[in-house]
Amino acid sequence: MLLVAAAIFCVGLYGAISQQVVVMVMMGLELMINAVILAAAGFWWFLAPEPTGQVLLLVIIAAMTVEMAMGFAVATLLHREREADMTDMATDLSG
Amino acid sequence: MVVDVAFWVLSVLAVLGGAAVFYVDSMARATYALALSFIAVGLVALLLQQNYVGVVTILMMVMEMAVMAVYMVMFMGMNPALMPMSMVHGKRMAMAAAGGVFALLASGILLVDWPSRRGAPAGDVTMALGEELMGPKMLAMAVVSPVMVATIVAGVVLAAHRTRYDRMGDDLRRRPADDPQPGGVGR
Repeated sequence: MLLVAAAIFCVGLYGAISQQVVVMVMMGLELMINAVILAAAGFWWFLAPEPTGQVLLLVIIAAMTVEMAMGFAVATLLHREREADMTDMATDLSG
Repeated sequence: MVVDVAFWVLSVLAVLGGAAVFYVDSMARATYALALSFIAVGLVALLLQQNYVGVVTILMMVMEMAVMAVYMVMFMGMNPALMPMSMVHGKRMAMAAAGGVFALLASGILLVDWPSRRGAPAGDVTMALGEELMGPKMLAMAVVSPVMVATIVAGVVLAAHRTRYDRMGDDLRRRPADDPQPGGVGR
């Protein structure tokens, strides 16, 4: 199970590094968090199936929610301010 | 036996779905592929008796993929289902980094002497989680809750096009408000 999680994590890492479209970069990041969910579920089941591990999973899901919401908000802001939907169009921080 | 087969099928689906996100030639298909990967991981969580986490993952990701499809239509300026696209940079470097990280993780996974399982899952895992959250682990909920509120506020502030200061000036005294489309009784 951990190998599967590692494979998903690395696919997401490839996407987060290589993609140019902001939404696709977000997809890569979400795949990486997806892998963390799977790994945490595996640790919980095979090592210590106590409720504490499930709380960790909920925190990971909350982190994914925050990433998703802020990513969409930043994508909206980028598009409105600069007409940018690609990471290469938003490489500097000045307005 | 059935659980093992289901696990391997879902694992293959999760990995191939994830890979398809960056292989298919349209963003709509990429969205569906990502949803497939998340649903497969949610079902694996269900196989591990994590009913609440599995269902939450599946429901949340299906909704998120729907939102993501809307975003693509909004921002890509094209029909995402019909328009082939390949927009990548630094492909070799990204593949090398991903391969290197996988080799590192896989070697760690295979070489570590994992401890044996400690304890057994509670009879009702979901109820045990609820009791944990409302008891000894309430601090986790108490931290996650304000983070969620802060996320909502920050998301609205970032995404909002016009705020009350745009409408009523810096001192909020402008009347009538400066709106692109006038409205209301007598305006």
